[in-house]
Amino acid sequence: MIAQNSSDTNSQKMSGRRSRSRQSSSGRITDQQIDDLMSKLQSLLHEARVGSHDRASAAKVLQDTCSYIRSLHREVDDLSERLSELLDAEGVSSAQAAIIRSLLM
Amino acid sequence: MESKSYTTGSRDNANRNLEGSKTLMASHFLRALFRIQQTSTTRSSFAGRRRRIRRAAYASMAYSAGTRRAWSRALLRKLRSRARLRFPRRLSRAARPQRGDTDQAQVLRKLVPGGPGMDYCKLLEETADYIRCLTTQVRLMQTVMDSISS
Repeated sequence: MIAQNSSDTNSQKMSGRRSRSRQSSSGRITDQQIDDLMSKLQSLLHEARVGSHDRASAAKVLQDTCSYIRSLHREVDDLSERLSELLDAEGVSSAQAAIIRSLLM
Repeated sequence: MESKSYTTGSRDNANRNLEGSKTLMASHFLRALFRIQQTSTTRSSFAGRRRRIRRAAYASMAYSAGTRRAWSRALLRKLRSRARLRFPRRLSRAARPQRGDTDQAQVLRKLVPGGPGMDYCKLLEETADYIRCLTTQVRLMQTVMDSISS
C-alpha cells in the first residue's frame, strides 16, 4: 500500500526526511531543493524586514541571515540583562505577580 | 492589556507546528524565571542572575523544539554538559566542501547550534527553524518584561 504524499505538509516533511537520509551522498540534493530553502529563508528575513526586497543572491541571503541571527542573539543578551534588573530582590512580590499574570495570558 | 503580539497568527505549516511549542517555551521560561527570582538574594550578583536568565532562555528554546531538530539537540547537549553558551563556536573538524558551500555558509554554521555537523541543505533547513524559534523567544522575553514593568 503506497501512501499518497500530495499535501503540502507531507511534502515538506518528506523533503526534510529526504535530505536527512541522503546526507552523505551530496549528489542527491537538488538545486531546486536548495532554491526552495533559500526562498524560505528570504521570506523569513523579509518578515523581519531584513535585507532587500528583491530577489537577492544566495550570498546576500546568507549574509543577511548571519547578521539577523547575531542581532537576535544580542537581543537575548540585552533582554536577559533587563530582566535581571527587574527581578532583583526588592521587586519580589510584584514581579512574581506579573509572572503569574503572564502565565495566564 | 493587548499582549497578543507574542502569539501572532500562523501563516504556514511551519508556523502551525510552532504554536504548540510556544506554550511549552513560555511555561518553561517563566518557571525558570520564578526559580531564579526566588533563589536570588540581595547578595547574588546581577551578572550571575543575567547569566542564569540567558541560559534559561536558550533552555526553553531547546526544550520546546525537543529532539525533533538538530539545532535543539545540539543545544540540549551543550546545556547538559554545562558548557558555556557561546556564539559563534570554534569550528570543529571542517566538513567536506559541498555544492553551494561558501565562506558565508561556514560563518552561518558557527551561529546555528550543531551547524558544523550539517551539510549545506540541512543547514538551510535548520537555520530557518532556529530563526523562528529565536524570534519567538525574544518576543516572549519582551512580553514578560512588559508585564513586569507595568
